[in-house]
Amino acid sequence: MPAATLARSVLLEARRGGVPWLAAGALAIGLAAAAFLSQVALTESAALQLAVLAAVLRACAVFLVAAQVAAGTLREIQDKGLELMLALPLSRSTHYLGRLAGFVACGTALAAVFSAALLFWAPPLQVALWGLSLALEAALVAAAALFFAMTLPNVVAAIAATAGLYLLARAMPAIQALADTPLAAETWPSWLARGAVDAIAFVLPRVDAATRTEWLVYDAPPLAEYSAALAALALYAILLTAAGLFDFQRREA
Amino acid sequence: MTRAVPAWILLLLAASLAAQVALHAALGPPRLADEELPPAPSARTLRLAAFGETQAAARLGMLYLQAFDLDGLDYARLAAWLRALIELDPRGQYPLFAAARIYAEHPDPARARVMLELIYEQFLLDPNRRWPWLAHAALLAKHRLKDLPLARRYAAAIDRHTTAVEVPLWARQMEIFVLEDMNELEAARIMLGGLLASGRITDPAELGFLKQRLQELESRVGR
Repeated sequence: MPAATLARSVLLEARRGGVPWLAAGALAIGLAAAAFLSQVALTESAALQLAVLAAVLRACAVFLVAAQVAAGTLREIQDKGLELMLALPLSRSTHYLGRLAGFVACGTALAAVFSAALLFWAPPLQVALWGLSLALEAALVAAAALFFAMTLPNVVAAIAATAGLYLLARAMPAIQALADTPLAAETWPSWLARGAVDAIAFVLPRVDAATRTEWLVYDAPPLAEYSAALAALALYAILLTAAGLFDFQRREA
Repeated sequence: MTRAVPAWILLLLAASLAAQVALHAALGPPRLADEELPPAPSARTLRLAAFGETQAAARLGMLYLQAFDLDGLDYARLAAWLRALIELDPRGQYPLFAAARIYAEHPDPARARVMLELIYEQFLLDPNRRWPWLAHAALLAKHRLKDLPLARRYAAAIDRHTTAVEVPLWARQMEIFVLEDMNELEAARIMLGGLLASGRITDPAELGFLKQRLQELESRVGR
C-alpha cells in the first residue's frame, strides 16, 4: 500500500533524525525539573511534579512534531526529492495523506512515551485520557506544520507559523477574557477590538480545552466534555488537511 | 579527519569561559528574599502568561512567593497574590496552606489578621474543601491573637457552611473546641491527629512540615 510505505519512510526518517533521543532528553529535563521543584514545595509536591512535568512534556511533544514535520518536508522540497516522488504513479492526495500519516504516527508514539512517564504520579485511566488527547493534539500540529511547510519557503517561517497558530490558540480564551473587561469604555474602537478578537477565535482550534493538566491532577473529565474537546481537535486537523490537500493539488511540480 | 584549530581561537574560548564564570561569581546568585514583592497581577493576566497551564502556574507562583523574606513582606500585596493564585486554580490547596500555616503565624498581629481574613473570605467560596484552613485560623485567633470572638466566628462558620459528609464531627463542633479550656499544644495535637486520621494529609512534604511545626510548638510551650 503506497500510503503506508510513505508513512513508514517518514517514521524511519524521524528515527534517523534523532527524534527518540530528543524525546528522551525532553523526558530527562522534565523529570529533573519536577524532582527539583518537589524539593522546595511545602505541600502538594506530587501535584506540583505532575503539573510541571505534564506542561513540559506537552510543550515538547508539540515542538518536536512541528520541527520534525517542517524540517523533514522542506528538506525534501529543497533536495528535489518531492519532485521525484511526484513523478511516481501515485495520486497527490495519497502522497500528502501518506506523509501526514507518518507524522501523526510519530506524534502518537511521542504521546505514548510521555504519557507512560506520568503513570508514576497519576491513575492509568486519567493518564490514558490525557495521552489520547495529546496524540490528537500532536496530529493537529502535524497537519498545521505540513500545511505551512508546503506553502512557506523556509523552515523558520514554517515553524514560526505553526508555533504562532498553536500559541495563539492556547492563549485565546485568556485574551478574550482580558478583552471582555466591564471597566473598558464602550467606544467603537474597543467594540471593534473585542469583535476582532472574537472573530479570530472562531478560526482557531480549541487546544485550550484539550490535554488539560487538571485531568491528571484532579479528576478525569466528564465524558461529554472530553468527547467535545477531542472532536474539536479532530475537526480542525481535518480542516487543515483539506486546506493542505487543496494547496498541494494546485502546486506546480 | 578533523583540522587543527588555531591557538588564538582556543585561547579566546578559554578566556571567554573563564570571564563568564568570574562574572557570575562576582554577581552572586539572585536573591528574591531581599527584594520587595511586586504588586500582584490579576488572575486573567496570569492565565494568559500560563498559556492555559493554570495548575502548574499556580503552584510555581507559590514557590515564587515562598522565596521572599517573611519580615519584609507587604501583606496587602501578598494577599492579592494569594487571591490571584487561588483564582487561577481554585481546587489547589497550596495558597491557603501557606496562608494558614506560614503567613498567618507571623508574630505581628496586624499581618496575621490580614491572612486570617483572607482564609475566611476564601473559605466562604468553597467551604467543603477549605474548612481545614479556617479550623487552623480559629486556633490561631484564639491562642495567638487571644481574640475569642474572632475564633468563635470562624468556628461557627465551619459548622454553618460545610455540607459535605466527609467533614468530620470535630470540625463541625469547632466552636466547643475553641471554648474549651485547653492550651494551644493540646488543640494543635487534636487537630493534626484528626486531619491525619481522616486521611486528608497524604503529602510527605506537608506531613514533615506539620510535624516540625508541632515540635516547635512543643518546645515553645514546654519552655
